[in-house]
Amino acid sequence: MSAPTTDTATPVTPNESIDAAGVRKKMLENYPAKTRRKREKQIIVNEKQLDADGAKVLPVIAANTRTAPGIITQRGCCYAGCKGVILGPTRDIVNITHGPVGCGYYSWLTRRNQTHAPTDEHDNFITYCFTTDMEEENIIFGGEKKLSQAIQEAYDLFHPKAIAVFSTCPVGLIGDDVHQVALSMKEKLGINIFGFSCEGYKGVSQSAGHHIANNQIFKHVIGENDKPRGRWAVNLMGEYNIGGDSFLIEDLFRRCGIDLVATFSGNSTYDQFANSHMAKLNCVMCHRSINYVADMIEKKYGVPWIKVNFIGATATAKSLRKIADFFQDDKLSENVERVIGEEYPAVAAAQKKYRPRCTGKKAMLFVGGSRAHHYQELFSELGMETVAAGYEFGHRDDYEGRRVIPSIKVDADSRNIEEMNVQPDPDKFRPEGPEMARKAEQRGYRFHDYDGLMIDMKEQTLIIDDISQYETERLIEAIRPDVFCAGIKEKYAVQKMGVPCKQLHSYDYGGPYAAFQGAVNFYAEIDRMVNARIWSHIPAPWDEISPVKEVSE
Amino acid sequence: MRKVAIYGKGGIGKSTTTQNTVAALAEMGKKIMVIGCDPKADSTRLLLGGLAQKTVLDTLREEGEDVELVSIRRPGFGDVLCVESGGPEPGVGCAGRGIITSINMLEQLGAYDESEALEYSFYDVLGDVVCGGFAMPIREGKAEEIYIVCSGEMMAMYAANNICKGIVKFAEAGRVRLGGLICNSRRVDNEREMIDEFARRLGSQMIHFLPRDNDVQRAEIRRQTVIEWNPTCPQADEYRTLARNIDSNQMFVIPKPLSIEELESLLLEFGILEAAAA
Repeated sequence: MSAPTTDTATPVTPNESIDAAGVRKKMLENYPAKTRRKREKQIIVNEKQLDADGAKVLPVIAANTRTAPGIITQRGCCYAGCKGVILGPTRDIVNITHGPVGCGYYSWLTRRNQTHAPTDEHDNFITYCFTTDMEEENIIFGGEKKLSQAIQEAYDLFHPKAIAVFSTCPVGLIGDDVHQVALSMKEKLGINIFGFSCEGYKGVSQSAGHHIANNQIFKHVIGENDKPRGRWAVNLMGEYNIGGDSFLIEDLFRRCGIDLVATFSGNSTYDQFANSHMAKLNCVMCHRSINYVADMIEKKYGVPWIKVNFIGATATAKSLRKIADFFQDDKLSENVERVIGEEYPAVAAAQKKYRPRCTGKKAMLFVGGSRAHHYQELFSELGMETVAAGYEFGHRDDYEGRRVIPSIKVDADSRNIEEMNVQPDPDKFRPEGPEMARKAEQRGYRFHDYDGLMIDMKEQTLIIDDISQYETERLIEAIRPDVFCAGIKEKYAVQKMGVPCKQLHSYDYGGPYAAFQGAVNFYAEIDRMVNARIWSHIPAPWDEISPVKEVSE
Repeated sequence: MRKVAIYGKGGIGKSTTTQNTVAALAEMGKKIMVIGCDPKADSTRLLLGGLAQKTVLDTLREEGEDVELVSIRRPGFGDVLCVESGGPEPGVGCAGRGIITSINMLEQLGAYDESEALEYSFYDVLGDVVCGGFAMPIREGKAEEIYIVCSGEMMAMYAANNICKGIVKFAEAGRVRLGGLICNSRRVDNEREMIDEFARRLGSQMIHFLPRDNDVQRAEIRRQTVIEWNPTCPQADEYRTLARNIDSNQMFVIPKPLSIEELESLLLEFGILEAAAA
């Protein structure tokens, strides 16, 4: 079986299946004028223009702006982004939520991040929920003492390598200094302890929390362990091992001989983070949540970064080849081709089975800051078309590509988040990194290469940033997609409208969906959902014929 | 029961004025409770003869659920019932939330019940209305009449005007009204006339002009109100007059706060700005 070299999916007819402009009008028409003006900039028909040089010019979208008041948004909070997304999946750091009990409790294991400690002797705190459980007294008199006690208690019970403290809203309101507490407990206990000012109200979405998490993990952990790594040493960034995705990618890397130093942060450990600056290449999956760390490692330690995507069989093969191409080592390329060859027959067989059953069906994806893009690969491998997509918390560069970064207006909400000034480390900066990158660029290899979601979507599709519940309902009414991908908050509202909803935050109860085997799992799952007959029974029979009326007749 | 709150700029003499006035009311035979809403817990010092009061919040912290009214309420001069809300030390926690908690606690413990037969409750509130917690006494009808202590100094008038803005906000939704300004004299030029006019423009009244008198200091050093220390001195009569005026007050209004320009023109009119420029 020969391995794929280009897109295996034959393109579906350029989008004539929906009247994008008409649907857009319908979504906007009932808004008050001010809200409509705002949403007009965030609900976009994907129409690429050609400039004088024949290059495609993408439409401009407004993103990473405040949600209009009164709108039921998909978004989460800064704390959720920092603790839940970025640091949650790490198994041997004790993550303490400093706040009332609900913040800790409801962010406990909800993302289905998996982890695998090699033995029972290895630390694994992922199944625990640590919180200071602030009560009224702590709000009035300050919670710093209780936080110190909590850190002490966690240390006495578990003797972890590190403890992280996450601030919730009231901590910021009353001004508890979590960083000072962390520092003094660090000196007292002799382990790494650090805090995050990730109060839920910061920023416009969870994206602020990702940035804060990136800054602190870079400041306090990365660079702590200089153990040298193998010749093909990489980090996998922005992969959170939901449903076991990382396990599959790790397996591919192992079989290729790629030395995975650290994953940020699926199935990860403190030591991996501490050692991650010794990798030769950073591979970024979720650009939105982790690009900050990738940039900072490059500046301080000289490790270049590339964009990869292990969602979709074709994308996986492409990403593995791209990693091999960076190292310019025949042995690695040979390994990669061998592994792709080993994996591909199962994928091809699954595509043969499911593709005819799914071809021509329509998908919508409103999720995350990368997932709404990456999962289009899997749908296109099934012959399905993504007719509308958008992010919860993406920025303009996630839609339009990194080339627009210089033109992004930094607003007050973003200015509230520390932008770290990183300089090359006088001792630890390794010039061979930029040197390899320079040579690679000469042969056309691209770094920092994220071109965003829009370029990959068909003409006349809808791109919607921060979609609201109201807009979701209008969109489903107008287009009746075969599957809608979002999260738990949307799931049942969508399904009540008779459309199956696949959760792409938690994968419902399924997964893994990454790499080759994951793709096969996803094909089967989507086939099960879009071809189930249950949806034709909504609305329920008793909604159409009133039993009361029948009795009276 | 009349529910009174005293506001005013920090350092203007709210606690001193409140306690001296309450002493005069007690002398008239009124049954009164004073609730200090300042984390420093020094609003009842003159009535109790020192900082003898354990605060509501400290008690709540130490005793947990089993708090009794007797342990947070202590009778002082003239059988005035004294309560201190208390709060965190400077720079930590949230004093505003503390005030909310302690007033709720007092209500739950029945401190305002009819069986207590209170004729007055006085809230002595820290400084400006800086956050929701310090507005607590004027929210939800806890206090219904507000007196603002001020002087002819510009910042005191500025603060008084700001407090009026706070009152307007809560008055529209509830029963809180401005009862008047108490001028605690700093011997500013034309002070009496100016505060009288300021009060008039706010739609209210200057309920009394308290002259500056060192007897207040002398009593305070002895941890006493003026009436307790020297009931025959002229300043004691001033507080008696203020107490009578409050007791017989019929003028309760929603104030009309001034714009900054209006406030400054008032100062100009009464010669304060010229004096400053000279």
